[in-house]
Amino acid sequence: MAPLLVIVPFFSIIIMNLFPRKLMQYTSFICLGFLSLAQTYLVLARPEWFWHKNVDLVDSMFSFRYSVDEIALVLLLCIGVVVFVTLLSARAMIPDVRQRVNFKNLLLVSLIGMNATVLVKDIFSLYVFIEITAVSSYIMIAMNKDERALEGAFKYLILSAIATVMMLASISLMLLLTGGTTFTAVSAGLDVAGRGLFVRIAIGLFLCGLFIKSGLVPFHGWLPDAYSAAPAPASVLLAGVVTKVSGVYVLIRLAISVFAFDNSLQGLLMFVGAVSVLTGAFAALTQSDFKRMLAYSSISQVGYIILGLGCATPLAIFGAVFHLFNHAIFKSLLFINAASVEKELGTTDMEKMGGLAQKMPVAGVSSVVGLLSTAGIPPLAGFWSKFIIILALWSAGRFVYAWIAVLASLLTLAYFLSMQRKVFFGKLKAGFENIRESSAGLIISQAVLAIITVGLGLFFPFIVPWR
Amino acid sequence: MTTRLVRSVVGLAMVSAVVSILIFRLNSPLAAVFELSVCAGLISVIFVTTISFTQRLTPEKLELRRKQRFDKYSYLPVVLLAVGILLMIFKPNPDFPLPPVPKEQDARNIIWHLRHVDLLGQILVILAGVFGVVILFKEPRK
Repeated sequence: MAPLLVIVPFFSIIIMNLFPRKLMQYTSFICLGFLSLAQTYLVLARPEWFWHKNVDLVDSMFSFRYSVDEIALVLLLCIGVVVFVTLLSARAMIPDVRQRVNFKNLLLVSLIGMNATVLVKDIFSLYVFIEITAVSSYIMIAMNKDERALEGAFKYLILSAIATVMMLASISLMLLLTGGTTFTAVSAGLDVAGRGLFVRIAIGLFLCGLFIKSGLVPFHGWLPDAYSAAPAPASVLLAGVVTKVSGVYVLIRLAISVFAFDNSLQGLLMFVGAVSVLTGAFAALTQSDFKRMLAYSSISQVGYIILGLGCATPLAIFGAVFHLFNHAIFKSLLFINAASVEKELGTTDMEKMGGLAQKMPVAGVSSVVGLLSTAGIPPLAGFWSKFIIILALWSAGRFVYAWIAVLASLLTLAYFLSMQRKVFFGKLKAGFENIRESSAGLIISQAVLAIITVGLGLFFPFIVPWR
Repeated sequence: MTTRLVRSVVGLAMVSAVVSILIFRLNSPLAAVFELSVCAGLISVIFVTTISFTQRLTPEKLELRRKQRFDKYSYLPVVLLAVGILLMIFKPNPDFPLPPVPKEQDARNIIWHLRHVDLLGQILVILAGVFGVVILFKEPRK
């Protein structure tokens, strides 16, 4: 019944838009809230009847070939949680009812796109759903219609279009080489074809497309502009799951299930990962805009995931997927912190801030949780995932990369401590006396994400048994 | 190279029409119809609609842009030439056994019966486009 994660939201859009506009703001909230929470519950409870039974009606309507493994479940969980907190922050951050309803429509389209990307096992369908997620993202980024928003959306659109062309060319080549587009057909076909020039071109084109979608160095140009110019809820969604699903997850899925690791692929992934880790961290150090700093931090953290993936041992891949989950949670948390501050101050310039933790204790405390987790400080969730990646790199004899990962963690700590000092700690700046903690939606979002980060860190040894 | 955008669009549509004739000659009539209707037809309409929203540049700005454009793309002929020479030297040949050509399948059967999920995707792209137009172009009532 897993295809229901795609089909139910699809029909929900149609039903939701049939209600009168006044009712739509409530129905859309209830509908999206229900869908995201139900998805989270289904992944956590994993009921047999949902994941392992077929529905004849669905099968007769849609020839939906799908597969669900542990990695897919982790991603579906991320999507459920992040879509829920995005919904809550949209309620607080988009005051205009009409725009908010439109945003929820796009959020639902994005939810379908991401769920389907995780479930399908066909490279062409994968491409189709990545594009659906991307199209809804362009519009979300441009929603404010000011110059920065349009520039951010335009940059994302152009680079994403280049990625699209690359992926489509790669799919065409793979169809020519292997005679099919399903994961099994392409994987078997590539095994037979070997690693000739055309196979390498096909794999290289797909990888470049996915590097653009993931915002990895040197294809990261669009990411800081898009993240910082987008409305706050869209930034949360983009940083939390969109780039993870349409870039990083697809990279992990294809590397494991289709391309098969070899020395050159591993070397390329680790090199790109390490360069992204360092470039993102150094660039974040020099930023004065809160959201741009978080965007560069995202590039660095995604670099860790790719570094782990490139190592390709089971432990490293586990670490990469775990860091992907953690990053989705703590980066959403930090972007909601930024949204809370932006809502109260009307700016994201860190030079104009100071001492905000006195007036916004929830944002202050949860941002500390987010920063410590990002920097890999025990006992938070981010510590375990970074520790596992570094451990796996060391065990595989990749000492240089392991050292890069450790040193970049120190850089992460440095730029986040600088952010904390400028934004939340120190003396309260004049004119901020009347600032209050932001709305209930943002407080709940921050609390939920901080609890997940702390809880997962504290109970990790009990959740994942070490043998 | 024309400076008039509408002429460029007409040129693009003509190229698409020629490509659709080539596809037709290669025994793919349905693909040719898609190429003609979507690339030569629909996309040209979208381009012309967008151009109708634009404004003409002043002669000074036009001259400046023209100079900048030549500076920006002056390296392109060199790159093209280099790629051409490299291809002539290395002559890449497919070094893989091509899979057997499957029996001819009706494109309609493939679209309507074998790729339901992608059809769902197409509907969603159209939906996203509609939401995009509503969000970005519809002005709120005062």
